[in-house]
Amino acid sequence: MSSRRIVITSGKGGVGKTTTTANLGAALAKRGKRVVLVDADIGLRNLDLVLGLEKRIVFDLVEVAEGRCQLRQALIKDKRFDALSILPAAQTREKDAITEEQFASIVEKAAEVADYVLIDCPAGIEAGFRNAVAGAAEAIVVTTPEVSAIRDADRVVGKLNDRGKPIRLIVNRLRQEMVRSGDMLSVEDVCEVLAVELIGIVPDDEEIIDTTNRGEPIVLDENSRLRPIYDKIVRRLEGEIVPFTNFDQPGFFGRLLDALKAG
Amino acid sequence: MIDFLKRLFGQTGSSATAKERLRLVLMTDHLELAPDMIDAMKRDLVDVISRYVEVDRDRIEVNFEQQDRALAMLANIPILSVNRPPVNRAGNGNGNGNGHGRAAEPAQAAAVAAAPNVSSPGAQAATDSIVTRRRRRRKKNQSIPAGAKPATAH
Ligand SMILES: Nc1ncnc2c1ncn2[C@@H]1O[C@H](COP(=O)(O)OP(=O)(O)OP(=O)(O)O)[C@@H](O)[C@H]1O
Ligand SMILES: [Mg+2]
Repeated sequence: MSSRRIVITSGKGGVGKTTTTANLGAALAKRGKRVVLVDADIGLRNLDLVLGLEKRIVFDLVEVAEGRCQLRQALIKDKRFDALSILPAAQTREKDAITEEQFASIVEKAAEVADYVLIDCPAGIEAGFRNAVAGAAEAIVVTTPEVSAIRDADRVVGKLNDRGKPIRLIVNRLRQEMVRSGDMLSVEDVCEVLAVELIGIVPDDEEIIDTTNRGEPIVLDENSRLRPIYDKIVRRLEGEIVPFTNFDQPGFFGRLLDALKAG
Repeated sequence: MIDFLKRLFGQTGSSATAKERLRLVLMTDHLELAPDMIDAMKRDLVDVISRYVEVDRDRIEVNFEQQDRALAMLANIPILSVNRPPVNRAGNGNGNGNGHGRAAEPAQAAAVAAAPNVSSPGAQAATDSIVTRRRRRRKKNQSIPAGAKPATAH
């Protein structure tokens, strides 16, 4: 069976692509999948840092593309998991240091030794985006429930549609209490506007900052609030039907509770 | 208490505004027309209509709206005068648009359609007389529009 090649993209910067890539990758590896994470953000690499692997980088993506090393030499194995490794981006090069064809062929190679290749896409819709997408067969679009992020996500959805890539949506940094008070777009609103299949809802949670500080993926923390959330996304990726908890639509009683608390 | 009720029924806040604004902006994004193309289209549209009726160029609104699965363009073009013979229009259709001096304009019952509204001759006559005055005033400081305003979304 051929492996899955998925780009994690958003258009707008800073909405959580790298965080999502790291945590989905770790969650998949925890389930026994062989996973390669590719950092496509040349010049602004961060995936290594989020996963706490920054000290172990020897070669990078561009060096692989230029034939200066083998792919397997550049892959950094995450020792906390059986089969998670990352291919770091070059930090001191430009986005156009690599072509779409080179990128696609590296991803293809990585896919030979993995069940999942997740590609952490840079922000924007230029060269870096085109490279990251060229390697992927499907896409996860990450957005936050804000107008500018959603508009950019919509642009990206259009471009992915043009390229015929199936798309799933993650709404990140949702603040339930704000949705209830009518101050934040609900997941339902976001899905309606973007018309893309939902695969995950991740609340805004400071836990992310803490785990990122330490370079620890969330699935390794048994007590994490977000751990079940990433687990569910991964199960949906695997084709399981996992119902969404209703926390984005609390209905009358949720609002009653909020109203009582506030007033 | 009102606040409490509003919170209870989920009607506070800006999310509804956000959704509506997004809906509109995405529709124009999907057109894949640059904003200046939309402006040019609007100008051309108005030029054509101006051959037959005099329109209020300052208050034209062009919006896009989703109707079923298709996109519709809705133009709201206030008509100032319907009785001018088309012959006069042809020559100065382009330059005669858009005057200054709108500040002094009295409230007017502008027709709201792309075609002259003949069903209410009374209102029309009133509008027309206002317009005639206005046109005379405008003739003095003949000004050529610098460019159409971008379409305003509600
Ligand atoms: N669910 C969340 N709750 C709280 N903070 C979050 C959440 N998701 C992401 N963040 C924070 O948002 C910031 C941006 O996240 P991240 O780096 O993953 O975004 P990105 O889309 O990869 O950014 P870039 O476009 O720069 O690559 C980080 O500080 C991260 O810790
Ligand atoms: Mg990133």
